[in-house]
Formats: sequence, structure tokens, C-alpha cells
Amino acid sequence: MTLEAAAPFTAASGSFSGTWLLVAIPLFSALILLIGGRRTNKWGHYLGVAAPLASFVLAVILFFDLIGKSGADRRIDDHLFSWVPVSGFQANANFLIDPLSICFVLLITGVGSLIHIYSIGYMANDPERRRFFAYLNFFVAAMLLLVLGDNFVALYVGWEGVGVASYLLIGFWSYKPSAATAAKKAFVVNRIGDFGLSIAIMVMFATFGSFSFADVAAGAPHASKATMTTIGLLLLLGACGKSAQVPLQSWLGDAMEGPTPVSALIHAATMVTAGVYLIARSNFIFDVSPNARLAVAIVGTVTLVFGAIVGCAKDDIKKALAASTMSQIGYMMLAVGLGPAGYAFGIAHLLTHGFFKAGLFLGAGSVMHGMNDEVDMRRYGGLRKYMPFTFITFGLGYLAIIGFPGLAGWFTKDAIIEAAFHKGGTSGAIFGSCALAAAGLTAFYMTRVMLMTFFGEKRWADDAHPHESPGVMVVPMWILAIGSVGGGYALILSGRLAKFLAVVVPRPADIAFKPIGVIGLGTAGVVLVGVVGAWYMYGRRPVPVVAPVGSPLTVAARHDLLADAFNESVFMRPGQYLTRLLVYFDNRGIDGFVNGFAAFVGGTSSRFRRFQTGFVRSYALSMFGGVVLVLAALLLVRG
Amino acid sequence: MSFPWLTVIGVIPLVGAGVVAAMPASNVALLKKVALGVSLVTLAMTIAMATQFAPHGDRFQFNQSTSWIPAFGIHYAVGIDGIALVLILMTAVLWPVVILASWHECETTKRSVKTYLGLLVSMETLLIGVFAATDVFLFYVFFEAMLIPMYFIIGSAGTPRSSYAALKFLLYSLFGGLLMLAAVIGLYVFGGHTFLYSSLQHMHLGVNDERWLFLGFFVAFAVKAPLWPFHTWLPDAAAESPVGGTVLLVGVLDKVGTFGFLRYCLDLFPRASHTFTPMVLTLAVIGVLYGALQAIGQKDILRLLAYVSVSHFGLITLGIFAFTSQGQTGATLYMVNHGFSTGALLLVVGFMISRRKSRGINDFGGMQKVTPILAGTFLVACLSGLALPGLSTFVSEFLVLIGTFTRYKVAATFGTFGIVLAALYMLILYQRTMTGPVSPAIEGSHDLSLREKWVIAPVVAIIVVLGFYPRPILDVINPAVSATLHQTGNTDPVPPVPVAAVAATPPASTSGGSG
Amino acid sequence: MSPTYYLYLSAILFTIGALGVLLRRNAIVVFMCVELMLNAGNLALVTFSRINGDLNGQIMAFFVMVVAAAEVVVGLAIIVSVYRTRRSASVDDASLLKY
Repeated sequence: MTLEAAAPFTAASGSFSGTWLLVAIPLFSALILLIGGRRTNKWGHYLGVAAPLASFVLAVILFFDLIGKSGADRRIDDHLFSWVPVSGFQANANFLIDPLSICFVLLITGVGSLIHIYSIGYMANDPERRRFFAYLNFFVAAMLLLVLGDNFVALYVGWEGVGVASYLLIGFWSYKPSAATAAKKAFVVNRIGDFGLSIAIMVMFATFGSFSFADVAAGAPHASKATMTTIGLLLLLGACGKSAQVPLQSWLGDAMEGPTPVSALIHAATMVTAGVYLIARSNFIFDVSPNARLAVAIVGTVTLVFGAIVGCAKDDIKKALAASTMSQIGYMMLAVGLGPAGYAFGIAHLLTHGFFKAGLFLGAGSVMHGMNDEVDMRRYGGLRKYMPFTFITFGLGYLAIIGFPGLAGWFTKDAIIEAAFHKGGTSGAIFGSCALAAAGLTAFYMTRVMLMTFFGEKRWADDAHPHESPGVMVVPMWILAIGSVGGGYALILSGRLAKFLAVVVPRPADIAFKPIGVIGLGTAGVVLVGVVGAWYMYGRRPVPVVAPVGSPLTVAARHDLLADAFNESVFMRPGQYLTRLLVYFDNRGIDGFVNGFAAFVGGTSSRFRRFQTGFVRSYALSMFGGVVLVLAALLLVRG
Repeated sequence: MSFPWLTVIGVIPLVGAGVVAAMPASNVALLKKVALGVSLVTLAMTIAMATQFAPHGDRFQFNQSTSWIPAFGIHYAVGIDGIALVLILMTAVLWPVVILASWHECETTKRSVKTYLGLLVSMETLLIGVFAATDVFLFYVFFEAMLIPMYFIIGSAGTPRSSYAALKFLLYSLFGGLLMLAAVIGLYVFGGHTFLYSSLQHMHLGVNDERWLFLGFFVAFAVKAPLWPFHTWLPDAAAESPVGGTVLLVGVLDKVGTFGFLRYCLDLFPRASHTFTPMVLTLAVIGVLYGALQAIGQKDILRLLAYVSVSHFGLITLGIFAFTSQGQTGATLYMVNHGFSTGALLLVVGFMISRRKSRGINDFGGMQKVTPILAGTFLVACLSGLALPGLSTFVSEFLVLIGTFTRYKVAATFGTFGIVLAALYMLILYQRTMTGPVSPAIEGSHDLSLREKWVIAPVVAIIVVLGFYPRPILDVINPAVSATLHQTGNTDPVPPVPVAAVAATPPASTSGGSG
Repeated sequence: MSPTYYLYLSAILFTIGALGVLLRRNAIVVFMCVELMLNAGNLALVTFSRINGDLNGQIMAFFVMVVAAAEVVVGLAIIVSVYRTRRSASVDDASLLKY
């Protein structure tokens, strides 16, 4: 493995000193839309689209400027201001442009702009469309900050920022209690991950006295292995939360309560992949801790199988796609967990996934748009004639995700499966075969979605009048479909992306990808089995409108393999009991003690006051008694 | 002698209270304007003073000292360091906000508008005095005198519950104050017959004397802060007091406790502070988690926010007793940010209560649909309550936790778990009040009026600006904190793998440290 | 005649006075018994003054007389006004100042 340069970052100059504008433009747009309120309703969505487009244009300029540089010069640090200066603690507002971050910036602003454009049509009838665009802009700003920060604290700021954006957007229709609950759940589960990330930053600070990427990278080989493994595992916890990996996966399915463009942008293309970015960005930590890397790979493998199984049973088109997202991110995690052999493939899959999954979600949104927001695939059927463009673009996305030879997913997913097998040993065999099996499951559930939605007979509700979506929605879908077709070819062939990223993430010496090998053919076979199996179950015979009971595994998969039931019974219920117990304890225990003491003092004095009879004679008697006592005492002492 | 800034700033509200008291009670509108004007003048003077403050000059500035009771060496001595300056600034900013927020509320209490405003305005003098005093006896006088107006403000509603809450507040505080009085006298006896802070810093106490004196001060501040398990007065007082009073109580008055830890407990009794650190950290961590769990279980919005503050005070205490510059700077910044963040929360809750006439969380629902601006400001306040990065509270909370972590890893880890619970209590509150179907009782509620916007806008602006650019405040706090650390004889822990050092050495030669 | 007999007399007078204060109900009688006790005290003071050949005791006795005179003025006034309002001079009836 080779990390090509350890030299410090180049200071920003020329066009790079405008890096901060990438973040600032959408942020200001969001602020204008939020503070401007109803006054901006008329033109708000135009501003909302213009902001990410402007960032995209700037990103393209920066990208070509970056290409123009070579090697270590491709890491450019734009120092904006010193954010939190305390003695021994420096958190700077710095933006780092390097090959890794520019890839993400292009993905976020590119796919983001397309989804913004799509949203103009999708949200056309929503009275709150302006607020929606404000939130989307805010998300883009936060996500860009996440990938552009040159230290872990800046990353963390963006990390939580996208969490809030996700919270706001999942709960956009917050008058629906289910949406409000889903939003809260997403944020809270993410906070568990953030807990890990923030502790990781603390360990870094305690160990290195710094948390900038450059300093930690420089110090990592010198720190003890246990420390680095701790940091790695904590980062993994953070990544699990954001990327919906087992065991923090439960929020993603519920997050589909948000508007579909949100699912496409945040919960498919960009935010959920932030965990993969985090691991890839922290490669210098995982490189010195094989155990942490193994944990990443295990989490990825478990999730990719988990998501694939869940995806096979969902009847809600968005939840099926969400499960698929979980599974695909599992692939990426597995890839980055493989270390230098997999970083580039993981990122490549992330980028192509950004295209085809966003395309799939937009297609699903288009279907819902034409079907009165119906999400149950059992109420679809035969839609290919009524929505031809949606059908074609969705179909291209479908072919890309199942790994149809030549399309994006084929390059990137097969590369990961192959890299997993190449890891060698028992673990490599397990990872590889799991990934291989899940590829078959992917083919199965995606074919199922395809067949249930676009083929077969109509099973629509009575008032459904499916129609093709307007052009403002269809055009972004076409562009994404083109990306789904050509993305893999552009990135993987001849290791183009791996070479580009080499200055950030180490790469294997041998970067050739051989799709026509044993593993490649095996994968193709498994995928074929999955497609045929789905056709056998859903294409050959009519799909019932009401879901059949199904096997126990189907039932469990419908309920996310009982993950929610587990969380509820293990964390939520005991937590509720604990809070109730503590509230009782506070009222009866601590306050009971205080009030009890007060009552004791009060009771005692009310007993003592009985001595005040009001009779002068009794007072006189006690005075005489007192005098006698004093005299007696005097006599005794003197006597 | 230079201009007596502190005395002047302190006296303005007192004079204002006198003017309010002398005015006819019937002219309510004029009374309110005078009260607001007085607080604005104080704010302007405070800002003017802050511009004169030299962050890297002497620790205490604007000093003034006059003999007050010569027989006991008691002085009227005032002066501020960076920590006191930012707290006085926070006080001065919050006061006009609270008076403006109480515009209509002060007519609903049992007390006359004149009395209520007079009490509010006079409180400011006492708080500025507490933060500015550099004579321990003078500090004690202000510390105890604060109770009197606050007692009457809490009991303003005149209900049995509010009388109970006011009495509970008074008794708790008096209990702490009594111990402190004993300690103050002890300090005079053992510390060389002086109350002057500057002389006391150099005293030599016996180990046991120091411990007892520390405990006397500590309990008084722990009640005031409030630290678990001395906290149960706060939910009652916060819930029963008029909301304006609650903002002052939770936002400013309670800071006196944490300020006292930093200024008196640590500086005067450094050895004892170190001895009791494990105990204090334990209490603080329990407070963080306990307050958060309590908040999750509450049904009354104001009680919920009171418990949230208990949790946050736990974090502030954690930062103070971490004895690192990040922890203490963070704790000081937290005091300021908490004033604004909790202030914003309480102010918006006050707007909500004035519309719904109820404090029950379940009496609200779906307000986002009816009053979007109110909901938006409430969301920002909630997010600052859960320390969202980009808002001011994050900077302080993160500094506290990271500063604690470098020395006390377990305590910091438990404290960090509070951020998960914070998300729960804040978002549950937001979800139940603002989202879901519109509750019939709030249908037709008005969104924020212009006055209410003026109340909340500066606070929200400060929360956002200090989140993005906390540097001006940090630059003032930093020297004061390093002075405190110098006094307690602490230095920041050195990282086992300091990056600047390893850059030169090859990887094989160093073994590194453990986490 | 030994001066100690005066002391015995003083003690007896004091005891009578004290018992009167404790046992009688009529406020006037109680009041006279208080006077009796004061005068028993005076007697003792004067006796000790004689025994010790020191005039201080007699001076004290004058003080006590003055105090007693003042007390009579105030006390009788109170008793009269109590009697006027309550139509009773019994000390047991004037027991309003209690718990």
C-alpha cells in the first residue's frame, strides 16, 4: 500500500480560496427563505434551486483546477477563521479540498441540484414548498460542511447539521403523527451514533492534543494500538448511526415518512453514505488497527444481508428501496472495512449508488405522484404503459443496482465482492460469500419491485388515474439514469478513481478489476437466479392485493427482522419504566425527605407550642421551677 | 481615580427601582416604560464598560475599594475579571428582554404592576453586585439579599402552590446561606482577619480548616446552582413563578452558584477542591443523567425545563472541576450560553402558556400548523437546548466534555451520554407541543406579535452568532481561566502523543501512550 | 436579736407570695402577692446590708421599690382595662395569648 504524500496541506489560493462559498451559498439561501417567510413564497423555489446549482458550478471549477494540480498538491486547505480558540484546543473553520472531498462535493451538489429541480414539480401543490426548499438548502450546506471540514470537529458540526436537516425533512409533514415520530426516532438513533463520534474526538484530543485530519494522521502510527482500536470502534458507532448500519439501522425505514425527494437525496444518495465517508476519511486510523477494520467489515456484511432480507418482504415501495439502501451501504462499509484493497471500490460504489438509487427513489416518487401517493406495491401493476419515461429510467436504475453487465452497479458491486474474496482466509470467504448471496437477494427484491410496479395486471385503487409526471421531474430522472449506466465504467475501469483518490486513501498495488473471472461469472449466475426466482413468484402468476400470511421469516422480515420489537422491549420500555421510577423517586424520595423533614419540624413545634397554655400561673410555675433548678445547680456546684 | 463603572452600573437599576416605587401605581404603561428604559440604560452602560475591558490586562479590572465596616475589615470592594464580565453582560442583556416579555404577564400576577416591576428591576442591582464583589462579606450580603425579591417574585401568583414553591426556595437557599455565613466567619478567623478577595488568595489554611470552609461554601453554591441532590426546589420554583421570573431564576440567578464554585471554592481553597473533586464529579455526573431522565418523564413544560437545567448545571460543574483550561473555559461559556438558550426556551414557553393558559405538555399539539413562527423559534431554542453544533451551546458543551475527558475519562463518557438523552427530552417536548394534529384548544391562536418578536429575536441572534463566532467571548474568558488554574496549581494534561513532537521522530522509535 | 430571723421572715413572706401567685385566680390578689415577693426580697436585701455593713443592699432596695411602684401603675391599669372589657378579674379568663 502506498500513501503517496505525508506533506502538509497546501494553503488555498486562487479559486480555492472561494471553497467556503460552496457551503455559504446554500446556507444563505436557506436563511433567506426561512427568515423571509411567506414573502418569498413566490420565488422561493427558484432561489432554492439556484443555490445548489451555483455550488455545483463552483465545485466543477474547483474539480478541474484540482485535476490541474498533481500529487500532494491536490490537498488544499482553505483557512476561514479560528472558530474555538482555547489554550491547547484549536477548532478552526477550515475547508479541505482533496480528491475525496471533491468527489462528495460533486455528488452532493450534482445529484442535489437534480433533486431540487425535481422537487419543484413534486412539491408543486404543497403550500409549504418554500420551507421545503429552505430545509433542502440547509441540508446541502450541512452535508458540504461535513465533507469539507479539515478536522473532526468541523466534520462533527456538519454531521449533526445533516442530522437536523434530516429531522426537519422527515418530519416535514409533521401534522402526521407518524412523520413526527419517525423524525424524532431518526434523530435520537443518530445521536447514539454521535455519542460514539464525539467520544472518538475526545480520545483523539486526549491522545494527540489535536483532532485535525493531518495531525491525527501524523500521530496515528505512534499511538498505542488499543487507543487506535478504541477510536476506530467509536467512529464505527458514529458511522452506524448515520449510515443506518446494524445495530443502529432501525430509523431508516421509518424515515421514508418524509417527502420522496428527501428520501432520494438524504436517505439514499448523500447523508446515509456519510458513515462510509467517515471511515474512508479516517483510513489512517483504521490502517493501524486491523481489529477496528474487521469490525467495520463485519458490520457491513451483517447489514448488507440484513437489508437484503428485509427488502424482499416489504410491500411499501419506499421501504423496499430503503432496505435496499441499507444493504448497499453495507456493501460500501464492507469495502472500506477491507482496508486499502477496498477504499476506492467503496467510494466508487457510493458514487454510482448515489446515481442509481436517487434515480430509483425519484422514479418511485414519480409513480406515487401519479398514483395519489399510494405506496403499496400491491396496489400498482401494469404501470409501464402509463408512465413510459418513469418505467425506462427506473428500469435503467434497476439494471444498474442488480449488476447487469456493463452498467454502474456491475462494476462497483462486483469489485467489492471480488475484493472481499481476495482478502483471503476464513473471514474473506465469509465476507465474500455473504456479499455474493446478497447480490442474488438484491436481484430478487429489485426484480420483485419492478414486476409488482410496472408489470402484471392493474391492481389500482378505484380513484387512481396514473399519468406521467411533468418534465421538470422527468428530466432529472433521465440524467440520473444516464449516470447509472455510465458511472461505473467511468470510475472503475483502469482504476481511474483509485488513482485519483490515492493521495487521500491508500490503494492496493494491483488495481486491475477483472469482471470476467470466476467470481464475476459466479456473481452473474447468482444474480440470474435471483431474477428468475422473483419472476417465478411475482411475474408468472398474479400478485394478490392483500399480502398473504407468508412464512415466519417473511413475517419477521416485514417487521424489519423484529429490530423495532427488540429496541422497544430492551431499550424503550425499560427506559420508560426507569424515568417513571425516577420521577417517583424525586417526588417521594428526595423531595419526600425534604418535605418530611419540614413536616417533622412543623410537627415537633406544634407539639411544643402546647406548652403555651395562656395561663399566667403555669408560666409563673415554670419560672419558679427554673429558678429552683438554677439554685439547686448552684448549690450543688458550690456545695 | 478612574470612572467607577461597576458602582454606576449597579446603582442604576436600584435608582430605577426607587423611581418605579415613587411613581403612581395607576399609570401602568409609564411604569413599564420606565422599567424597560432603566434596564436598557444599564445594558448600554455595561456594553460601554465591556469595550474598556482589556482581556490581557490585570485579572481584576475596574477595581474600587472603600472601607465599609472598619472594625471587621469589611470593604466595599468591586472589580471584575473576564468571567464576571461575561456574566454581567449576560445579565444586562437578559434583563430588558425579560421586562419586555413580562409586558402583559405582570398584570396577571397577584401583585400590583408597580411592585412586580420594582422587584424585577431591583434584582438586577443585586446580581451585578454578586458578580462584581471582590470582598467576601460584600458578596455574601448580595448573595443573601437576592433571596428577598426573588421570594416575592416566585410567590407572585398567590396560589398555595406558589407560596409553597417560594417558601421552599427561601428555606433551601437560607440553609445553604447559613452554612456559607459560618464559612465566611471562619474565613475571617482563619484567613488573617480580612474579607478582601485579593488578600485571601494568599492565605495559608490548615488542611482540615480548608476542607470545612470549602464545604460551607460548596453547599451554599450547590443549592443555588442547583446540583443533585439539592435541586428539588428548582422545578417547583420554576414552574410556579411567572415565566419572566423563571427566566431570571434559571437563566441568571442560578449562575451565581456555578460562578461561586469557580471564583470562591476553587480559588480560595485549591487543596480542598482537589480533595473533594471525586465527590463533586460524581454528583455532577449523576445530575447530568438524573436531570435528563427526570426531564423525559415530566408532564409540565416548565418543570421539564427546570430539570433540563439541572442536567446542564451538572455539565457546568463537571467542566469547572475538571481543572483543565478547556473544561473551565467551556463551563464559563456554558453559563453564558445557558442563560440565553434556556432563556429562549422559557420565553417561547411563556408565549405558549399565555395562549393556551396551561403548562401541561399534553394540552398542546400541532402548534406548528397554527403558529409557524412561534414553532420555528421554539425549534431553534430546543436545538440549542440539545447543544446542536452551529448554535452557541454546542461550543461550550463540547469544550466541557473534551476538557473533562482529558483528565476524567469515565465521568466525561457518562456526561457525554447526556447528549443522547438531551435529544430525547427536547424532541419529545417539541413533538408533543408542535407537531401532530392541531389540538382544538389552540386553534385560532395568534402567531408571535411584534413585541414578542422583539423579545425573542435578540436572544436567538445571540445563540446563532455565538455558535458561529464565539471568539470574542472566549478571548475574554481565557485569561481569567488560566489565572484560576494557576491559583489551583493545575496544568492541562499533556497528550501522550503530542503531534508536534512526533512529526520529527520515525514511527518505530516511540511506543505511544494508551487511551 | 440575730438578723437571721429577718431572713427567715423574708423567706416565709416570699413563699407566701409565690404560692399566692401560683394558686390565686383574682388578678388583684396575684398582683399583691407579687408585691409581697418583691418586699420579701427587699427585706432580705436590707438584712444582708445590715449583716455586711454595706449600704449597697439598701440602695438596691430603693431601686426595687421604685420599680415596684412603676409596676403597680402599669399593672393596675392593665388589670382595670382587662376587667372593663371582660367583666372579670380572674387571671385564668385572660388566657387568649396561647398557642
